[in-house]
Amino acid sequence: MINAIWFFMIVIGIIFAIMDGRLDLINEVILEDTGEAVAFAIGLTGIMATWLGLMKIAEKSGLIKAVGKVMRPLIKFIFPEIPKEHPANTAIVMNIVANMFGAGNSATALGLKAMEELQKLNSRKEVATNAMAMFLVVNMSSVQLIPLTVLKIRADAGSENPTEIIATTLIATGISTIVGIVSCKLMEKE
Amino acid sequence: MYRVFNVISLISIPLMITIILLHGYIKGVRLYDTFIEGASDGFKTALRIMPYLIAIFVAIGIFKESGALNMFSNLLLIPGRLIGLPREIIPLVMLKPISGSGSLAMVKDLIYSYGPDSLIGRIASTMMGSSETIFYTMAIYFGTIGVKKSRHTLICALIAHLGGVVASVVVCSIIFN
Repeated sequence: MINAIWFFMIVIGIIFAIMDGRLDLINEVILEDTGEAVAFAIGLTGIMATWLGLMKIAEKSGLIKAVGKVMRPLIKFIFPEIPKEHPANTAIVMNIVANMFGAGNSATALGLKAMEELQKLNSRKEVATNAMAMFLVVNMSSVQLIPLTVLKIRADAGSENPTEIIATTLIATGISTIVGIVSCKLMEKE
Repeated sequence: MYRVFNVISLISIPLMITIILLHGYIKGVRLYDTFIEGASDGFKTALRIMPYLIAIFVAIGIFKESGALNMFSNLLLIPGRLIGLPREIIPLVMLKPISGSGSLAMVKDLIYSYGPDSLIGRIASTMMGSSETIFYTMAIYFGTIGVKKSRHTLICALIAHLGGVVASVVVCSIIFN
């Protein structure tokens, strides 16, 4: 799937650039966006290391098990395959919390940790498990509790009530998450 | 209000860190050594995701900058009209699953062009907060752990995105009219 999408995005893009006579765009993108990708990965290193260090502490202290236990009912409903007290539970919970509070890079670091834990439970290493698909769908559809960046833009643009979109955002996020969970549950049987 | 939310968001991460450290301290974990042990994995992960990031950034960059993205947006004109989606927002619907920073720039543009308190401004604001960038997240998360077959992940993520789009339009139309 990703092979086809990747191929078509690039080829269609190049065809459009040719038709527009703006082939220089391609060179520009290759130079600038790849640099941006590397800078992003390097920028992520620090926050990644920080959270993996903290997670290690939480693992040794038993906090990971404790969080896993408390969140068990909810996790069990959405991710029935994850065993009780498995580190994946806590990584998922912390990723969702970080996401909710708009800590983007921390959320990414914790999300990657969660995926690594889920991969340990995977018997076919190159195929996504139901839990992985569900985790990604939940992760991608439930974002910030308070969309601070958008609030800031609205306030700067002179809105009379910048925060009025918080309620609508929560409803929309909630609906998209529920739609995601239901569609995953329906499609996950092989 | 904005201030209060800002404070809540600000303290969430320090709070998580404090709880982890405090719990570790009480349980007698060798905090510093354990932190270093875990942190050393951070570099491996960052290196591992780099090729995936580069691959996806190049594809997104070419697709977006060449104008292909805008052309594809036109495909959504008719289904968009059915749910009352203003046509000005359609490029955002297309861009959101592909690029987070790109769609933020587009939301900013929409808010400044049509006003933050217009229906377009409100729908765009709502939509921005209700879904995450799909292709990029999938590429990194699956790439890192070496999963090649993503099965139903993409289609379910797109369905959820669509659900968020429809919900944004409908909820804003109801609440703000």
